[in-house]
Amino acid sequence: MLKLLWLIPALPMAGFLLLALLGDRFTRRHVAWVGVGSVGAAAMINGLVAVGFVRVLPDVTSYTQTLWTWVETSGMATGIAFHLDALSVVMTLVITGVGFLIHLYSTEYIIDTGKAGVSAPAGPEGDNDEGYRRFFAYMNLFVASMLTLVLADNLLLLYLGWEGVGICSYLLIGFWYREPENGAAAQKAFIVTRIGDTGFAIGLFALFASFKTLSIQQVQTLAAESWPVGSGIAIAVAALLLAGAVGKSAQLPLQVWLPDAMAGPTPVSALIHAATMVTAGVYLIARMHVLFSLAPPVHDAVAVIGVLTLLLAGCSALVQRDIKRVLAYSTISQIGYMFLALGVGAWSAALFHFVTHACFKALLFLAAGAVILSLHHEQNIFRMGGLRRHSPVTFWTFLIGASALAGMPLITAGFYSKDWILWEAWSAPLGGPWLWAGGALGALLTGLYSFRLVFRVFFGDVRTKPHGHPGPAMSIPLIVLALLSLGAGVLELPRTLGDSPLFSQFLSSALPQLEPTVDSLVPSEGVLQLAVTLLSLLGIGLAAAFFLPARGAVEHVANTAWGRALRMFWLEGWGFDRLYEVLAVRPWRRLTRDAEDAIDAWYDGLAESLRRFHVSLSRTQNGNLRWYAATVGLGALVLVGFFAF
Amino acid sequence: MILWSLIVIPLVAAPLAWWAESRSRHAPRWIAIGALALDLVFALLVWSQDRSLLASGDGRWLLESSAAWIPRWGITLHLGLDGLSLVLIVLTAFLGLMAVVSSWTEIQERVGFFHFNLLAVLGGVVGVFLALDLFVFFLFWELMLVPMYLLIALWGHENRRYSSFKFFLFTQAGSLFLLIAIVALAVLHRETAGRLSFDYADLLAMVIAPQTAGWLLLGFFLGFAVKLPAVPFHTWLPDAHTDAPTGGSVILAGLLLKTGAYGLLRFTIPLFPEAAADFAPVAMALGATGILYGAALAFAQTDFKRLVAYSSIAHLGFALLGIFAMTGLALQGAVMQLVAHGISTGALFMLAGALQERLHTRDMRRMGGLWAVVPRMAALTLFFAVASLGLPGLANFIGEFLVLFGSFEGHPVFTVLAATGMVAAAIYALALLQRSFFGRPADERRLPDLSRLAFASLLAMAVVQVWLGWYPSPVLKTTEPAVQLLLRERTQAAFIIPDSSVPAHSSRERQ
Repeated sequence: MLKLLWLIPALPMAGFLLLALLGDRFTRRHVAWVGVGSVGAAAMINGLVAVGFVRVLPDVTSYTQTLWTWVETSGMATGIAFHLDALSVVMTLVITGVGFLIHLYSTEYIIDTGKAGVSAPAGPEGDNDEGYRRFFAYMNLFVASMLTLVLADNLLLLYLGWEGVGICSYLLIGFWYREPENGAAAQKAFIVTRIGDTGFAIGLFALFASFKTLSIQQVQTLAAESWPVGSGIAIAVAALLLAGAVGKSAQLPLQVWLPDAMAGPTPVSALIHAATMVTAGVYLIARMHVLFSLAPPVHDAVAVIGVLTLLLAGCSALVQRDIKRVLAYSTISQIGYMFLALGVGAWSAALFHFVTHACFKALLFLAAGAVILSLHHEQNIFRMGGLRRHSPVTFWTFLIGASALAGMPLITAGFYSKDWILWEAWSAPLGGPWLWAGGALGALLTGLYSFRLVFRVFFGDVRTKPHGHPGPAMSIPLIVLALLSLGAGVLELPRTLGDSPLFSQFLSSALPQLEPTVDSLVPSEGVLQLAVTLLSLLGIGLAAAFFLPARGAVEHVANTAWGRALRMFWLEGWGFDRLYEVLAVRPWRRLTRDAEDAIDAWYDGLAESLRRFHVSLSRTQNGNLRWYAATVGLGALVLVGFFAF
Repeated sequence: MILWSLIVIPLVAAPLAWWAESRSRHAPRWIAIGALALDLVFALLVWSQDRSLLASGDGRWLLESSAAWIPRWGITLHLGLDGLSLVLIVLTAFLGLMAVVSSWTEIQERVGFFHFNLLAVLGGVVGVFLALDLFVFFLFWELMLVPMYLLIALWGHENRRYSSFKFFLFTQAGSLFLLIAIVALAVLHRETAGRLSFDYADLLAMVIAPQTAGWLLLGFFLGFAVKLPAVPFHTWLPDAHTDAPTGGSVILAGLLLKTGAYGLLRFTIPLFPEAAADFAPVAMALGATGILYGAALAFAQTDFKRLVAYSSIAHLGFALLGIFAMTGLALQGAVMQLVAHGISTGALFMLAGALQERLHTRDMRRMGGLWAVVPRMAALTLFFAVASLGLPGLANFIGEFLVLFGSFEGHPVFTVLAATGMVAAAIYALALLQRSFFGRPADERRLPDLSRLAFASLLAMAVVQVWLGWYPSPVLKTTEPAVQLLLRERTQAAFIIPDSSVPAHSSRERQ
């Protein structure tokens, strides 16, 4: 069954090619069948492959399939080759599974978007078959690229997937292309991430220069053998890879593109900008964990970046007005948790949070999409309210998603994954109380902002009259994801609650596991759990206190001069956009303001001086006999003088 | 004979096409297509036959032909074909076909003479890629120039007089340095070996004093760098492209620029290996500068074709960087970049031409929102724009990345600078798309989408891009022996003894 591996990325790729090349003859129904079917088939094959993989475990821990040689010349040999191990099994299952549900949801969502036409007020581009086909073609291409990224056996192929998901993200953010803002957001996303990608690429050049191979396994084996821990080259390469990871995963300081990326259709935000693509950086660091272990300063930086990002983004999520921007900042913040876990060496915990986050964040985005559709594309939460009576499915699923995000204890998956990360953040050898405190404070913020959403949108007075209900294609994914957001926690139960580490056992063949610490300075697991739980519940309680009654003390505080300033600062994402505007965008615009080529001016000058010379020479030819005689005489004199002396 | 027929077919078809105009309007087009298709078939036949030879990697030339011409001056009709010239000749015939197709509706006046010039340029280009006698090489080099000048001057756009003249002056000035250096080499050969010789093999075997080699290298470099074009000799290019007819732009970008790179690879580095190594930092600096300078100016443009033209300068900067990095990977990357750039930029110029035919403007400020109006054109522009920003899976990526991989070890600073060009490339390529196809339409217009013929040919170019992006081995394997030989000679250069046993005057042919 493992031999079917190549089909997992190939099927969505085939779907893309079919839609792109022959799609203009398809009806919408055909397009939906191809678009959803290709990902669904990939998910099924993926299930088979995963079963096959589990069967051969623990004797065989990885499987490599080479399709053909790719770039093979002058000492470089890379193939189009896939590598399956526990890490890529987890990644592919989430990508195809959640991807399939989101594709299914989109079949209904994209039609409705077109009909409502509010997101696309200028015209029909979502409302025709061309738009429908274009959407599913891009989505299939995205899934194929993402699967290539996580299955790649070598770094060059990984980079192919890496750039592929980037271009799909660009295309889908700018899907409604008539609005220039959407185009700007799409370009921003691609260019900002490409800055990180360039660092990543330079890291690849350095790795290849050292080891003459790009195979992920070989590179890490060779690095572990030949680079001492903390050596300059290891630090440089790890830092360059980290640059790629922070770009793609929207972490400090390259997080600015993700909030704007919400310009894309909501299923895109769910799939690309929450569940899968933005976690590519997490995958990269986990995949290259040996290199990061060899570079302690960079490894520490991962944790620090994670904590800072999760706090900054958490604050920004608190004050956003757009429902999707709240979710975007919460995504940045949750990936911050994953970085925190990676930074303390808790690779499996990061991956577990990736899995649960993919479920509940996709759920939240899809439920938000249902809200947005029912409100004629209203996205401002201050014009929402009282929706819980209108659409129970949307309400309950959104509530479950928000609870999982907030880490509602015991009953949600988010609780287990976040709890694990925070425990490791203190108890792991690389962890410490400060990292834990940052994460715990983040838990408070998370409870606060996620239930601010719930209370603003679903409680209180009805401010915009809702219409319509999600059909089965939208409801089924919502319900399935809601069940997963509740139940996925059983995959890894902590020692204090059931002690069933299925997930980390499965991953142990691919990623090193942390030994339980015996440091007496670390409080017991139960104490830390209780503390985080109380903080999360406090956040939810505060949200209830602040936002359940429509106007409360919070408005008062927020409207003081300080409150207003802070709110604006957070709303704008801590001023990073402005900073980059001054540091990068404006200098670039100034540099490229003039379409004229400065070097050409030099040639023009040359031509002009030649012309002047010609004019002045031709003046001497004036037909005046006396002038000719005088110059001949003068010339003779000069010549005689020259030869005489 | 097959080598001569590669050159002669377009050159014979050229007057035929001119004459055929009197018969029917489309006759010259069909003659050109027939001739170029024949050339392509011949080149592909050579490629398919010589697989075994290619694999073995020994023997410099897959095909060679030599005949005495002007023995008094040591000039022989010496042609030779290796993997490098083979790949470039296949590209020439392919892009030549595309140039004919892209002129189908655009060129309506003096159709016969247009195709005469087109075929003459292509004959010259093939000759340049085959000539192994520097005198003959220079003849072909000049043969490309005049018809190209006429293509711009007669069928060009608004500023065609200025642009064509500028093109002529720049390349001719560069050629002057080249000619002086070539003649100096021949004279030098007389001083050391007693007779004039323009033959590649003779000159290759000659030992040149370092100082002299430095000056001669400079002459060769100037001649080829203007054609490439390398910054700061590039300013003829944007004007020439902007005002050239579509077919002319395709040939100019796809092929003429490649002759500059070919000259560096075939002559400049092998003839003066040590001087070239000393000069490499300067050339690589020019390459890296070109990448960034071209990208910045590309973004600044409002004219669709000018933007693409400046992007060419950036792309050829990668080629220059790779050529002078002088490692196997970098050289392979440079060759791949030549092919990839020929396809991607050629296609973008064809799309620019198609747009101009419909909108009567190249000004992107008057475009916008065209996606809904001409979806096929939009999708193809998107494809070739992302190819040109170096998206993996397409050919340009292979070229750029091999150059960067190959350059990093020896020259990390230049490589890092060049790599930042990837960001700049994303900026201008996406700006091109945004300004022309996305956003709000300037007005409610209905325009015809691409014709069947144009669509099919652009699709063929897209297929080549994908093929080379996912499976570049056929090209890489073909050029590998030539590249390895270049590297070997570079390292052995110091030990070569003048070898007079090379039979420069006998006629031989081997197949």
